Amino acid sequence: MPVNIIVCIKQIIDPEIPASQFKIDPGTKRQVQGSHSLVISAYDQNAIEVAVQLKEKHGGKVTAVSVGGASAATALKSALSMGADEAILVDDPAIVASDQQGIAHVLATATQKVGVFDLILTGCVSGDWGDRAVPAFMAEELGIGCVGFVSRIEAKDGQVVLRRVVEDGYELIEAKTPVLVSIISDETNTPRYPKLKDIMAAGKKTIPVWKAADLGVDSERIGAAAARALITDVYLPVKESKCEMIEGDTPQEQAVKLAARLRELKLI
Amino acid sequence: MPGTLILAVSENAGLTRNTLEVLAGGIKLKALLGEPVGAAILGRELSAYVPLLFAYGADQVYRAEHPLLERYQGDAYASVMHQICQRAQPTMVFLAGDSVGRELGPRLAHRLKAGFVADFVDFDLDAVSGQLQFTRQTYGGKAMAVVQPKAFPVVATAKLRTMEPPTKEEGRTGEEIRVEVALEASKLRTRVLEKVQEEVAGVKLEDAKIVVSGGRGLRGPEGFKVLEQLAQVLKGAVGASRAATDSGWVPPSWQVGQTGKSVSPDLYLAFGISGATQHVAGISGAKNIVAINTDPEAPIYKVAQLGVVGDWKAVATKLIESCKELTGR
Ligand SMILES: Cc1cc2nc3c(=O)[nH]c(=O)nc-3n(C[C@H](O)[C@H](O)[C@H](O)COP(=O)(O)OP(=O)(O)OC[C@H]3O[C@@H](n4cnc5c(N)ncnc54)[C@H](O)[C@@H]3O)c2cc1C
Ligand SMILES: Nc1ncnc2c1ncn2[C@@H]1O[C@H](COP(=O)(O)O)[C@@H](O)[C@H]1O
Repeated sequence: MPVNIIVCIKQIIDPEIPASQFKIDPGTKRQVQGSHSLVISAYDQNAIEVAVQLKEKHGGKVTAVSVGGASAATALKSALSMGADEAILVDDPAIVASDQQGIAHVLATATQKVGVFDLILTGCVSGDWGDRAVPAFMAEELGIGCVGFVSRIEAKDGQVVLRRVVEDGYELIEAKTPVLVSIISDETNTPRYPKLKDIMAAGKKTIPVWKAADLGVDSERIGAAAARALITDVYLPVKESKCEMIEGDTPQEQAVKLAARLRELKLI
Repeated sequence: MPGTLILAVSENAGLTRNTLEVLAGGIKLKALLGEPVGAAILGRELSAYVPLLFAYGADQVYRAEHPLLERYQGDAYASVMHQICQRAQPTMVFLAGDSVGRELGPRLAHRLKAGFVADFVDFDLDAVSGQLQFTRQTYGGKAMAVVQPKAFPVVATAKLRTMEPPTKEEGRTGEEIRVEVALEASKLRTRVLEKVQEEVAGVKLEDAKIVVSGGRGLRGPEGFKVLEQLAQVLKGAVGASRAATDSGWVPPSWQVGQTGKSVSPDLYLAFGISGATQHVAGISGAKNIVAINTDPEAPIYKVAQLGVVGDWKAVATKLIESCKELTGR
């Protein structure tokens, strides 16, 4: 039985840049992009991988959806090159500065416009703001079930079995479709590197751009005015740790000194 | 009566450490705003936990018993917590930032038409406006954000291992409220088929006083066998970076960091871990960090108190021997 999947992806500034190169704009209280590249948020890449693997096994269609500025089309192109069949960009100035509930509302209306789906996949946390909230808000908006922090999905006749990672192991959860699942990484969903021919093919596809008005978005629920909280400050934490280096001619000598130092500090 | 409502979770005839941490949050808020602390407890046969919750500072306990609440199931928990909130009318709901709270929090916030604050590390009243404000990590631990809710109620998840459990006061009492729950299994859209518990040899990672962690520098799963030996000698637990869990060397539940666990040991030993902010986000509560890395420029040394520049394996193997001698184990 084919599975139709919508994957929600967010484009962000590369989250793995060193802390020393990270800057906040004091006016907007957002990260300054500078010369850093824009990427698909880490776990959203795992979500695309899970979706494409399911499609390869069962057939069906994968649609990637992103709410963002014009640049997010690049992220959607990479989703296409990884194996998504279609991609949709929701880009509207009215959405900028929406909070997570607003974004979830927009994404929910966009998925309704996409139409039939069995699964909605998202990353478990965005690599920038990182609320872990959009997925569950979206599921509530749509009135469908929701399972968070899932590393593997198996599909069989109108149901899916989900491996949800918890503190002391994992749960196997059976869910009726449609269901929204947020994806966490493991060794089975490492994002693939697209082949050159797939990158070329993706480059030729057109990505429709939808506006809030196309989707029946409630304008009262988006934009800065609808945000339920004010972000009054974003600052860099001051770290003043001084690292005492354990010297020695060989690693063995360093290890002996380290053990002695830890003993001295009553840590072991 | 308005106030704070927390979700309590039981474990081995007691309350989980995570529960005690959110209770501490409720007690701190009570000190700031004077509002009482309510605790909701969901499950089966809960009578024994009620006095325990009073002793740890709850003023009211909402007790919801039903066979379908025995373990967390999203639809059941969201619906019963919603029901309790309608009755308690809290201004603030505090949940632990764990696999339950992180999923339940936004769902509940949506149903309550409430605001949502994720993974706060602290809160206080703004010196100028007197408004309640939360501090949280953002950008993968690279920055801190101050968030002021514009309206209440607010559902907030607490980043774990940032608050100390409250002190227990035997004999303290409060008001118990029984909540009648009507749930039908057929209405629940998901069902837990099986829970697979990964065995841990010694202490739990999130409770350990000593954590020995490994990263990509270990180059394979075998390296973790060595770290397990060291952990055993030190009576500690083994953790890992995302690079190691994503490679399948150890299970995802071993991951320490923004996505993984927050730990607050007295001693955290990082072998072959570069010290990305997302990893460090999980060890901000560690009292002493020791970094063992071949690269003297690795960012981990910026947060470590002690550092060894050298090959992880040579250091770890000799360290096991030296620790055995010193501790007599
Ligand atoms: C949204 C998001 C969430 C994330 N969440 C987490 C999280 O929860 N936890 C987490 O850990 N990461 C997380 N990450 C990933 C994080 O950014 C880093 O990629 C990851 O922590 C790197 O792991 P590592 O230090 O093991 O690997 P690397 O960064 O590759 O570092 C390996 C280190 O090993 C050293 N080394 C190599 N050989 C040796 C040797 N023989 N002896 C000693 N040292 C050696 C190298 O010098 C290097 O410093 C997240 C990333 C994102 C974007
Ligand atoms: N602007 C967006 N466009 C598409 N998906 C998004 C957007 N923001 C968040 N998401 C999805 O929601 C997940 C969790 O985001 P967050 O709640 O911000 O941690 C992300 O990993 C994405 O899958």
